[in-house]
Amino acid sequence: MKSLQELQAIRDKMKANISTTRDNADAKVRVVVGMATCGIAAGARPVLNAFNEEIAKRGVEGVMVGQTGCIGICQYEPVAEVFEGDTKTTYVKLTPEKVEKIVVEHLIGKTPVTEFTIGAIQK
Amino acid sequence: MFRSHIMVCGGTGCTSSGSKKIIEAFNKEIAAAGINEEVKVIQTGCFGLCALGPIVVVYPEGIFYSMVEEKDVKEIVEEHLVKGRPVTRLIYDETVQGETITSLNDTRFYKKQQRIALRNCGRIDPDNIEEYIAYDGYAALGKALTEMTPDEVIKCVLDSGLRGRGGGGFPTGRKWALGAMNHADQKYVACNADEGDPGAFMDRSILEGDPHAVIEAMAIAGYAIGATKGFVYIRAEYPIAVERLQRAIDQAREYGLLGKNIFGTDFEFDMEIKLGAGAFVCGEETALINSIEGNRGEPKPRPPFPAQKGIFGKPTVLNNVETYANIPQIILNGPEFLNTIGTEKSKGTKVFALGGKINNTGLVEVPMGTTLRTVVEEIGGGIPNGGTFKAAQTGGPSGGCIPASLIDTPIDYDNLVAIGSMMGSGGLIVMDETTCMVDIAKFFLEFTVEESCGKCTPCRVGTKRLLELLDKITSGNGELEDLDKIEKLCNFIKEDSQCGLGQCAPNPVLSTLKYFRDEYVAHVVDKKCPAGVCKDLMQYKIVADKCKGCTACKRACPVGAISGNVKEPHVIDQAKCIKCGACVATCKFGAIIKE
Repeated sequence: MKSLQELQAIRDKMKANISTTRDNADAKVRVVVGMATCGIAAGARPVLNAFNEEIAKRGVEGVMVGQTGCIGICQYEPVAEVFEGDTKTTYVKLTPEKVEKIVVEHLIGKTPVTEFTIGAIQK
Repeated sequence: MFRSHIMVCGGTGCTSSGSKKIIEAFNKEIAAAGINEEVKVIQTGCFGLCALGPIVVVYPEGIFYSMVEEKDVKEIVEEHLVKGRPVTRLIYDETVQGETITSLNDTRFYKKQQRIALRNCGRIDPDNIEEYIAYDGYAALGKALTEMTPDEVIKCVLDSGLRGRGGGGFPTGRKWALGAMNHADQKYVACNADEGDPGAFMDRSILEGDPHAVIEAMAIAGYAIGATKGFVYIRAEYPIAVERLQRAIDQAREYGLLGKNIFGTDFEFDMEIKLGAGAFVCGEETALINSIEGNRGEPKPRPPFPAQKGIFGKPTVLNNVETYANIPQIILNGPEFLNTIGTEKSKGTKVFALGGKINNTGLVEVPMGTTLRTVVEEIGGGIPNGGTFKAAQTGGPSGGCIPASLIDTPIDYDNLVAIGSMMGSGGLIVMDETTCMVDIAKFFLEFTVEESCGKCTPCRVGTKRLLELLDKITSGNGELEDLDKIEKLCNFIKEDSQCGLGQCAPNPVLSTLKYFRDEYVAHVVDKKCPAGVCKDLMQYKIVADKCKGCTACKRACPVGAISGNVKEPHVIDQAKCIKCGACVATCKFGAIIKE
């Protein structure tokens, strides 16, 4: 170890890898991806991974990314729900590209991406 | 990038109940489910709730599975990890409330704890230096070397109010200042990991769960006092701790955190492990130093103190594992980090190993000043089987008993000494009404008699004679004047022994005699053991009215002491009875009683 910067670099790299997964069990904001058979078949796995990667990459803190079973709207899978206190936003027919936008605008910018929500699709 | 981390406890407790097999099973099932690139299994340190081991925590949700068995793993993988449905039947029941799962930090066990020394235990993989670095590891060493002078480091530790966690409670900063003051061509830093109290496992758990914290702290101590070499004296009975610490030292060398020119400065530091054979006396600093030097583990008179003449006659700073585990956080966050927690004279937290008659056997860390009641009733979950709290023993064979009347005493160094016990390294053994206090005093004294190194007479002969007096009492041959003799002998041993072992050995006897004198008197005058523990003072009897003559006890008795015909009351022959209690366990009618 030659300098503090070198230590800092290892710290930042590892922190991004560990912290998103391990330190947000009690986070106020929770993103839950439906991972039942229907969700997985429709591509929920890459969506879940995209949430984790985007959050780690952008250093977003205080967000837990978890999974749940069947949400009950199999035709709209992959589905993810964002919980913030009592509010819930349901995103449907997700792709990794859509996830990037949700992370940037909703989780960082605090403005839900209305066009991807179940409300927008059902109209 | 893994979406889920499975933390499996790899502490000694959970390892002995099979956590290694659980890790293997997880790896196998995860590969079978095809999610091995998404889910990572990590062996971590002690979570503290050893009574419920083996423990598995699944992140990101932080689901706390307890008493997991190998056969449960497949279900956790298929249900929780693949489908996102936690396996409710295996979750720690205090965190399950109907459909929702509450935070672990809200459980009675964790709520009032504050984990500083144990901060990384259960959070990181102790075998991976980069995980330690992720949680600010080695940043304190970096800060000390590049931004602080040795004097500033010492001042920071001094101002934090940190006192030695090994038992004595000497201010750590002052110890370091003494080490820095004495000039020599070579100085040493040493770590006392010779945890010897029966029932204590704080230091072992820290070394198993967060070995780098101790390495970092020792390097900081080396910088502060001008030492380039460190020794960790650890008992060979701690194989997992030794293995992880050695791996951690190797990694620290590989990353240039031990060796020459650390952080590009002139500072160099390296360390090695010295294995002890597990002698209690080697927890005493001068005996420990003798043992490191390759000599017999016997104490030496002080002065000279180790800070003047320690290992190989060179100035040496010796601290306990838990003391070191506090250091990096203090350096990183300033003295206020510690001195805002605790009581006026005892700052910070203390780790206790909870054992005995208590529900949540395990490892807890609480702010100094927390009452014994909080530790026993809330964190510890109370006494099993509806028993009542009788006393708690702190400080192991060197400490004493705290009776139920003092359960609201805030625990800190000075309060414990004032009530005739001591902090010790942190063993806390809870006793209920089925514990005989004379028997407990005898148990600890048997330990010190065995462990006395034999160098000085008061300890070698005195403890032996004291044990004989206790034996006389528990066998029903005691006389009232023996109690005075015991007190006199105790005080003599305390005043005249050379080292801490002998000076503290009478404490368990003195404190039980002080708080439970009536129990001693019952043994001596009434020839009864109120708790029904001392075999010579109790007997089993069959109540004729209740006995149905089923012959179950007769068949269970290993020595044929019970006689009687079918459907007639049976009788125990007291001359043959060995008081094993096998008959009581078999009687369905509650007809056999202990008197």
